[in-house]
Amino acid sequence: MIRALVGALGLALLATGALADDPVEIGIGYLHRAKVKPTLSLMTTPAENDGVAGARLAIEDNNTTGRFLNQHFTLDEKRLKDEDDPAAAASELAGRGIGLILVDLPADGLLKAADAVRDRGVVVFDVGAIDDRLREEDCRGNVIHTAPTRSMLADGLAQYLVWKQWKRWLLVTGSHPEDKLYADALRRSAKRFGAKIVEERVFEDTGGARRTDSGVTQIQRQMPVFTQQAAAYDVLVAADESEVFASYLPYRTWDPRPIAGSAGLIPSSWDAAHDQWGAIQMQNRFLKLNARRMTALDMQAWTAARMIGEAASRVKSNVAKAMLDFLKGPDFSLAAFKGQRLTLRDWNLQLRQPILLADGRMVVSVSPQEGFLHQVSELDTLGVDRPETKCKLK
Amino acid sequence: MWRCCSLSAMAVSLLAASPACAVKAYVSNEKSNTVSVIDTESWTVTATIKVGQRPRGIEFTRDGKFVMVAVGDDDTIQLIDTASERVVDTLPSGPDPELFVQDSTGKILYVANENDNTVTIIDLDKRIRIGDVQVGVEPEGMALSPDGKILINTSETTNMAHFIDTGTRQIVANVLVDSRPRFAEFKRDSSELWISSEIGGTVAIIDPAKHTVTGKITFEIPGLRREAIQPVGIGMTKDGKTAFIALGPANRIAIVDGTSHQVTKYLLVGQRVWHMAFTPDEKYLLVTNGVSNDVSIIDVSAQKVIKTIQVGELPWGITIAQP
Repeated sequence: MIRALVGALGLALLATGALADDPVEIGIGYLHRAKVKPTLSLMTTPAENDGVAGARLAIEDNNTTGRFLNQHFTLDEKRLKDEDDPAAAASELAGRGIGLILVDLPADGLLKAADAVRDRGVVVFDVGAIDDRLREEDCRGNVIHTAPTRSMLADGLAQYLVWKQWKRWLLVTGSHPEDKLYADALRRSAKRFGAKIVEERVFEDTGGARRTDSGVTQIQRQMPVFTQQAAAYDVLVAADESEVFASYLPYRTWDPRPIAGSAGLIPSSWDAAHDQWGAIQMQNRFLKLNARRMTALDMQAWTAARMIGEAASRVKSNVAKAMLDFLKGPDFSLAAFKGQRLTLRDWNLQLRQPILLADGRMVVSVSPQEGFLHQVSELDTLGVDRPETKCKLK
Repeated sequence: MWRCCSLSAMAVSLLAASPACAVKAYVSNEKSNTVSVIDTESWTVTATIKVGQRPRGIEFTRDGKFVMVAVGDDDTIQLIDTASERVVDTLPSGPDPELFVQDSTGKILYVANENDNTVTIIDLDKRIRIGDVQVGVEPEGMALSPDGKILINTSETTNMAHFIDTGTRQIVANVLVDSRPRFAEFKRDSSELWISSEIGGTVAIIDPAKHTVTGKITFEIPGLRREAIQPVGIGMTKDGKTAFIALGPANRIAIVDGTSHQVTKYLLVGQRVWHMAFTPDEKYLLVTNGVSNDVSIIDVSAQKVIKTIQVGELPWGITIAQP
């Protein structure tokens, strides 16, 4: 079917003569914490530039395209210490004329930043916070989410476990608030896709260092004991965003069982081992620029900055409002090496995306799994769907 | 991909009279690092040739003596001697070559290098690199205008078709298309350039003289979600009247009227259909099915799939001998 594209004529052609003019400048801000989160495994300790490195690669990609469109992109990075105010930092960026800010901060900090600059027409990209509430009761009309939600991650994992017929779960939850939120998402997924949580246990965080010279001697005794005498189960699902215990579980459970969730088979938006659908090009470009492998946070930041590049190339403008309108509209789709187009959920500005399931060395599977159908997009089988949403965009 | 086009009707009849000149199709198998050779009379695989890592773009040289195959993970293009059916030499293609196109004389080869945003230019006689052109992010699709003056390169992350003057090797125009443009094909009369966008799910029709998008082909298949429709390879009959478009994981070939740009039929083929090549008489079209490890044979006039041939793992590109 052919569609006359009257409007596309202007978009399609670039007069080479225009290149003589000064390029259109598109400044992008980046707010994140100065401190990195400690992890149990040294392998997963985030780099000091985790996330921002992905945004830098997208800036390079955008500028390669920008050479042909006379657009130039820059990144303005700000690191916040615990005592720094995200609202002041966002306002400072907006005061310098920056209309687009990538934010990797916990939910409350992100809301403070977004609300401080909302009246100035600034669009915020949530690249790090996975809290469902930011897309539900606390959603904002000026916040686009490239990070997946906890419910999307849990659904992506649950679909695979159910497909694999590992339907009896032993759910072990940490004692911190975000662990409990992840456990809530996993319970919801189990119910949605027909898995059964046969037993739940809580792993109390009694404090202490994550790295000690005595190493594994105690852990090797603790973990079997902690998991003994459980009801018959197929897979242990761990909710431990706080990095207290989950990585100690594989190969140490009382019963020989696979681990999933916060260790073992982990759902995420990206993995350093992902190489399908042209992803190898992306991995190579990232490695060349940053001399390390690409994480999920890097990908979420790359995606946000690429969305800005895509919008700028289509609307031929550096005005944030025009870009937001394009991104919310029916003509936006992004190629992000996941085998299908990524689009925005127009009811809460969450980016639809496949969820990768990886074991630390390889990508085991990619959800949505075959057979989980949806009337609009199979990607909407992941996470909170339109009929259930509590979001009213303002 | 099909470039064996300069065949006259007379040559076709000569070929028919000479069984020694059996037409062969060469298929690159991305996963198994082999090239399968198909005899297009018996429709059987007659040889499987070991090549380098990750073979994708594949094409005959103009003299028919060699088949060039881009082995991306070995950063080179290998030359298969069609007489001995062995790899005999390599070309300095630049890193991660994927698709390439040669000029009408068979002397110059233009290669898209996915990894470093360039198009490499190779002298095929001397087998040396003679230049390169900086293009957008992840260059992929390649096509030459029928008069040889304009080279088209598509860049997958920049979402553009770059128009490169082959004389000056400068970019003269850039046309934005939908997401992840993968393949470019000119109509033989130069009136239209078609570009498939895998993630955008469309084929753009471009006026090559004015550098404007004049239309867009979209696809709707009942019962299939929009995300699964991912146009990649394009094949057009010499008269420009009928086009065939591979729709990737939609597992179908769309048949499109070359004049009205309307989809007239969808043919169910194998899983994840990639690229295609016509037999020189245009009686048959062979398409590679990446996930089902086979090649579907389409009867062009009947518009029907008549046969499926098992090849290696993850077949990707295909080229057919020019007698």
